[in-house]
Amino acid sequence: MRYSGFRVIREALTGHKGWGPAWRDATPQASYDYIIVGGGGHGLATAYYLAKEFKQARIAVVEKGWIGGGNVGRNTTIIRSNYLLDGNEPFYEFSLKLWEGLEQDFNYNAMVSQRGIINLFHTDAQRDAYTRRGNAMILHGADAELLNRDQVRAMYPFLNFDNARFPIKGALMQRRGGTVRHDAVAWGYARGASDRGVDIIQNCEVTGFRREGGRVTGIETSRGFIGAKKIGVAVAGSSSKVMAAADMRLPMESHVLQAFVSEGLKPVIDGVMTYGAGHFYVSQSDKGGLVFGGDIDGYNSYAQRGNMPVVEDVAEGGMSLMPMIGRARLLRSWGGIMDMSMDGSPIIDKTDIDGLYFNGGWCYGGFKATPASGWCFAHLLATGNPHPTATAYRFDRFRKGLMIDEKGQGAQPNLH
Amino acid sequence: MIINHPLLGPRDAQEFTYLGDAALIDRPDGLSYPTPDAAMDAMHDYLYQRSNPAGEHRELWYHEQGDRSWLVVTRNTVTHEITRVELARDVARMRGRSK
Repeated sequence: MRYSGFRVIREALTGHKGWGPAWRDATPQASYDYIIVGGGGHGLATAYYLAKEFKQARIAVVEKGWIGGGNVGRNTTIIRSNYLLDGNEPFYEFSLKLWEGLEQDFNYNAMVSQRGIINLFHTDAQRDAYTRRGNAMILHGADAELLNRDQVRAMYPFLNFDNARFPIKGALMQRRGGTVRHDAVAWGYARGASDRGVDIIQNCEVTGFRREGGRVTGIETSRGFIGAKKIGVAVAGSSSKVMAAADMRLPMESHVLQAFVSEGLKPVIDGVMTYGAGHFYVSQSDKGGLVFGGDIDGYNSYAQRGNMPVVEDVAEGGMSLMPMIGRARLLRSWGGIMDMSMDGSPIIDKTDIDGLYFNGGWCYGGFKATPASGWCFAHLLATGNPHPTATAYRFDRFRKGLMIDEKGQGAQPNLH
Repeated sequence: MIINHPLLGPRDAQEFTYLGDAALIDRPDGLSYPTPDAAMDAMHDYLYQRSNPAGEHRELWYHEQGDRSWLVVTRNTVTHEITRVELARDVARMRGRSK
């Protein structure tokens, strides 16, 4: 069924009896050409683009819980392409372009809102660094503007401009950045994939990979064996666990990242704001809650909850940026498991086992990458070659010294 | 989280900084390998590859806001429960380091 204004009116007049489920909850067949492990944003996007753009068939997505129940359902919904390095910026700009056409493409309201994102700076050196970053973005076809202090003040007069430690001197602005309704991304991709014949199999946990002569022939799951010619793994925080079943160790650690929502407030922040000096970033949801977050807790964890010291640290960051936030009450917080790669950048690559492909290491930045990650992974699965914007996301970059260290902090996850 | 320091007793985890898997104690010397490639493989695996288990994990914590000792903490990454704390110095000596 195609969604449209006409359809809404028709359903309104007929008692909304015509809406069916958005996707089929499939039972596994004996074998497929492609199995995507992981029914999150990236896995569903991969299946969608495999079917739609690369014209492949006999595709299944297997998910251990329910689709969209991992990090695509637990993030701060920000999209942007304000990266510096050659290995990253073309990929994230490709992703932002896909976001811009996404709702028309998969005929689903994902509430893509290009409300603009600003990165605040506080010193001359930071301004120079953001000028360089903005120029790099423009050279790769993205948009960037440098705002001075008065321009930032006109947008957000309530910020603490004269903070003694981190006075606000201006900001790097990307107007095309913004937010997206995160759950709708998973649902939209699931619906689009399902309509094109992809089997979405929930409550189906992968327990092992069956191999014959250095080649995968299928997956062992909690619902039995499923054969496959090619298997793509996109399981974010569980990457090390799943790939260990294929006897692989990854350049990754799993860490917990917390995020927070305040009670609903009147409109006050109409864009997205990052305050790197205070480890704090914030936007306001359409329901009025301030959505914000900070750093990872900083130790290996598979628990989807964090500890109090980081809650305090993030709240302090918020208070130092916008002191009025102290009057708002925190409604809830949650934690998601990040697959922190050694250099802070992702991997979309083949493995040494024929037919087994891997997509992960997205750290705390996977949401904005969802469309391009799916497209590039589908490209790799269908053609055997990396997509032109994702050629740097290789396993062997650590061996070769070709790290993509966007923050310039070194190749250890405790530094990111 | 509370880390039960072998010398100082129970301390708040906030006093510590975290480094990662205690396997980092076993640094390859980079010399005693048949080929340069084997040495590079060993160093690559040491620096970048992690077991990253869901469950019991032995890991290095540094008591930066305290006595500046390195500890090997055995902690469950699913429940955050800490079952054992040792001085990293003792662990390294048991493994034949500092001879």
